[in-house]
Amino acid sequence: MSLDKATVAHIAKLARIRVDEVDLEPLASELSGILKWIEQLDEVDTAGVEPMTSAVETTLRWRADAVTDGDCRDKVLANAPQTAEGYFAVPKVIE
Amino acid sequence: MTADLTELTVGSARDGLDKGEFTSRELTEAHLRAIEAAASLNAFILPTPHRALADADASDARRAKGEQGALDGIPVAIKDLFCTEGVPTTAGSRILEGFTPPYESTVTANLRSAGAVMLGKTNMDEFAMGSSNETSYFGPALNPWRRAGDNRAVVPGGSSGGSAAAVAARLALAAAGSDTGGSIRQPASFTGTVGMKPTYGRCSRWGMVAFASSLDQAGPFARSVGDAAIVLGAMAGYDEKDATCVDVAVPDYEAALTGDVAGLRIGIPKEYRVDGTPAEVEALWQQGIAWLRDAGAKIVDVSLPHTRYALPAYYIVAPAEASSNLARYDGVRYGLRVAGETLEEMYEATRAEGFGTEVRRRVLIGTYVLSAGYYDAYYLKAQKVRTLIKQDFVDAWQSVDALLTPTTPTAAFGVGERIDDPVSMYLNDILTVPANMAGLPGISVPAGLSGDGLPLGLHVVGRAFDEETVLRVAHVVERAAAFDSRPEPWWDGAP
Repeated sequence: MSLDKATVAHIAKLARIRVDEVDLEPLASELSGILKWIEQLDEVDTAGVEPMTSAVETTLRWRADAVTDGDCRDKVLANAPQTAEGYFAVPKVIE
Repeated sequence: MTADLTELTVGSARDGLDKGEFTSRELTEAHLRAIEAAASLNAFILPTPHRALADADASDARRAKGEQGALDGIPVAIKDLFCTEGVPTTAGSRILEGFTPPYESTVTANLRSAGAVMLGKTNMDEFAMGSSNETSYFGPALNPWRRAGDNRAVVPGGSSGGSAAAVAARLALAAAGSDTGGSIRQPASFTGTVGMKPTYGRCSRWGMVAFASSLDQAGPFARSVGDAAIVLGAMAGYDEKDATCVDVAVPDYEAALTGDVAGLRIGIPKEYRVDGTPAEVEALWQQGIAWLRDAGAKIVDVSLPHTRYALPAYYIVAPAEASSNLARYDGVRYGLRVAGETLEEMYEATRAEGFGTEVRRRVLIGTYVLSAGYYDAYYLKAQKVRTLIKQDFVDAWQSVDALLTPTTPTAAFGVGERIDDPVSMYLNDILTVPANMAGLPGISVPAGLSGDGLPLGLHVVGRAFDEETVLRVAHVVERAAAFDSRPEPWWDGAP
């Protein structure tokens, strides 16, 4: 599968990473090269094979449905680039 | 007092502290001086001398009261991927610049409660994505080794390149790293150190900056197998904060080093003989086989037919998980924010400037393989291949107890030599990735030198949660190899 410029622009949008127009073409050829190498997996017959869900067999544990953490608003906000009134602050999203 | 405290092993430093031959403060100061003199190796993103001395003094006070833990007073370096409370943690990325975790990772908390002294946070490839340390936002860590008669810089491997360089250059007695596709074992091989990735689920991932959650696992670097056993014992253990951390007892790993492999069955997988492997790597492998045979092990040829598909499958699974894990870096809650007119523009600008080239590449690949219409063709296919890879190992364990292979297809390469060709860089991990895909424990032990004088490692892989056999075999390889070469100090202020 070879990626074109438009597809790279689309996945960059999905990934929320700005990519300048001039970078789209080289990025498309670079990502296509990697995908082409990955596609050797097509040689493997996986009919009837279950996909792996966990490398080590485990059963998920139960725990009590109890509050074990919280009441640490200031700690949570301490690393934020911008806060206001005890909240994370971002550019205006509602007109 | 010993002539140079940085030359000790973890085991001998522990004995010296116990006998009162020196204090943790003296031991720690010796390492802090070495770190300062080795700034040009760029092994540390952030040395933490004040913290180290405070840890050392607290340790000396505990020892005076007879309350010491397994690593009490031992100076160690910590990969800058482990969140450390009150100490900035970057994962080698600009996007986390300025982030100071309000909590401590379980692995570093375990090391701390065993009494270890933290010397600082080590350099690494950005978000652990790389095999040379060259993708770090803070510049590459350099290998203390160089090719014989050549003064050009050589990479320490990656992603835990700073931890490996620190241990090799005698800047720390041991270090913590993490291994997603080879990020402990490959740099250990490149720097002539011992590096171990335990079984997935053996160490808690809580508080480790996530790259690929189904593959990431913490482990130790040290200068001997015995030291790796001691440090792993302190790092490992059940943790209810990580749902994938397995509740099994941590054995006494040091006690596993019996020196006896008589009757043990060692598998030699024929698929690990990859095209273009240099003759010296093949010769070292044969030497390792001979060492184990001479020690009484039974050598068995085995086949792991899906080996060659492990790396391409990894390059679907790991970027897919990374694209999901790295979605959290959006300029809202921590780290870098780059202004934008709208919320959307702020996200896009922050992530464009905050992520380096390799991270962007992998996030885009991951986004693509998970996007509508492609999930079955890529991600589901890779997870099916992963089942087959794991089954290969399950089949092998019918006839063998552990596997012996080279760690890497080549010795360390020069800075800048491979950075422009992603696939050639990815091929570094071709021999280490299968153990991550199957969740198995593996260790790299320094076993010889390449023709141009760089270290080469041998790799032992074992059954899930059987780190003891892996360590026991590695210990026998180590004794037979008697690897005592060391890098010729060339960096500023080297002793």
